[in-house]
Amino acid sequence: MSDLKLHPNFINGDDFYERLLTAHEGLTKAQSDALNARLIILLANHIGDMDVLDKAITLAKDRRKT
Amino acid sequence: MNKIFERPLYPYFHHPDQDARTPAHHPVVIVGAGPVGLCAAIDLAQRNIPVVVVDDNDKVSFGSRAICFAKRTLEICDRLGVGDRLVDKGVQWNLGKVFFDERKVYEFNLLAEEGHQRPAFINLQQYYVEVYLFERLKKLQDDGAPVDIRGKTKVVDLDQTGDVATVSLETPEGSYQITANWVIACDGANSPTRQMLGLDFVGRVFEDNFLIADVTMEAEFPTERWFWFDPPFNKGQSALLHKQPDGVWRIDLQLGWDVDKEEEKKPENVIPRLKAMLGEDVEFDLEWVSIYTFQCRRMERFLHNRVIFAGDSAHQVSPFGARGANSGIQDVDNLCWKLAEVIQGHAPESLLESYNSERVFAADENILNSTRSTDFITPKSDVSRLFRDAVLELSEHHAFARPLVNSGRLSLPSSYRPSTYFCADVDGLPDKSRPGAPCPDAQLEDGRFLLQTLSAGFNLVTFNLSADRITLDSDTPLDLIAFETAHDKNQTLHERYLGAQKSAIYLIRPDQYIAARWTEFDAKAIKSAISAALGHTA
Repeated sequence: MSDLKLHPNFINGDDFYERLLTAHEGLTKAQSDALNARLIILLANHIGDMDVLDKAITLAKDRRKT
Repeated sequence: MNKIFERPLYPYFHHPDQDARTPAHHPVVIVGAGPVGLCAAIDLAQRNIPVVVVDDNDKVSFGSRAICFAKRTLEICDRLGVGDRLVDKGVQWNLGKVFFDERKVYEFNLLAEEGHQRPAFINLQQYYVEVYLFERLKKLQDDGAPVDIRGKTKVVDLDQTGDVATVSLETPEGSYQITANWVIACDGANSPTRQMLGLDFVGRVFEDNFLIADVTMEAEFPTERWFWFDPPFNKGQSALLHKQPDGVWRIDLQLGWDVDKEEEKKPENVIPRLKAMLGEDVEFDLEWVSIYTFQCRRMERFLHNRVIFAGDSAHQVSPFGARGANSGIQDVDNLCWKLAEVIQGHAPESLLESYNSERVFAADENILNSTRSTDFITPKSDVSRLFRDAVLELSEHHAFARPLVNSGRLSLPSSYRPSTYFCADVDGLPDKSRPGAPCPDAQLEDGRFLLQTLSAGFNLVTFNLSADRITLDSDTPLDLIAFETAHDKNQTLHERYLGAQKSAIYLIRPDQYIAARWTEFDAKAIKSAISAALGHTA
């Protein structure tokens, strides 16, 4: 019954954002898409909690709330 | 070509019913002598219910068709007296390997738990299953069971009035009618019976074609299930290699949607595909080639007044997971004891509603699983393929991703939801043997297995409760079996039936499903549980 964290949870958000972009540098669109897919699956497994994942999917889908 | 396809198994003969002035009446008519219809006929015949089986053909079905028979099906076949023949002839396999592109990404072993008499799966051509079931039915007939199998006899019309169905039959010698209290339609995915009743069969169509080829070869492939995603020899598609008895291998190649089926089936097109897969030097003979497409769908209800649908006529799944024939046989396993109790006047007709609700639930579970497998195996969008490939890549090095790889979730029996037919559960007993679940097998001290000890009727099975303390004046015949777990060496009885409790008592239905359980003997509770399982309202 965990909640999806929606408060700032990074110690340094700028660092994360930069790493994410760096990881995609020099990749084709197809390679980037594949990297994103692997990343989602790795992180989803780390979270594991279906409630949290469900909330994240719902929120990501609903553009008015993102 | 194999002689088995040419020999009439139940040739047409002139039946006295054809000369009757008024249509002859029968309690049960089974339409279709495939695996599901034959299992139904055996089950009812063993319960002394007269059955008439009609089929528009007189031979086994052509080609190997269903080839994977699951543990629960084998247990049902044990009850029907053919389990040993199936297992003796079948190929047992446990190891599955999954390949992606040019490399093996992982392998799985189906050999799960100790203490089960039957393996998780055997591979066996459907025609062997049909022959063995037919011979068993013939044996029952020879021993005096009221069984009647009419080949080349096609149902052309069906009319239901009150509690009687009138069935019009067409034979090489013309037509005649019979009447029946119950008609079990086991006449396959294109069920003429369903069409005669004008009933819907809606669901999802998968736009894909698969080439099935059965080949005989001497090559040294191990007895394993090999599944390829996007292999070099079938780029962008999938492939499956599976062993059957008699040195026959099943090869399944995904072709995609836009193909010319007649062209693809020609040996000059099939053989190069197989050579690319098996290697140029491998010698093989083509036994059977077929192209299939599939749908995942079910009827809204399986019960329509006097007509009961079972197997593919009621529900259709993708072949991934071996959930077609296996679930059909489980349908009639669920149905036949209930129908027998109704016909013999021990249960109200409303008991058959539980067949509908339980098997609709099972069909939905099978459709869900086989649809998910299909979506993984044959991604229908770019993003679906993207995630599929991401999972496959991760699975090579990371165990966490392997449960997401879906090359077919192999058939397991459904555990039914709580309902008025099952009693409320008690605390502390294992979840796997809760009311609504199929009895888990377990090996006994003397080497026998628990399921072997069950009789064909209701069973009351006790664990660590001495049977002489049990006195019951039940109207329903009840067989008592008592087990002590003190000498249970590998603890399987304890783990599967006792859990945290010291003693337990289980009421088991004739289809080996658990109806109710308690930790202490309570005669009143047992009587009311039997009554509930038979559909009597309190």
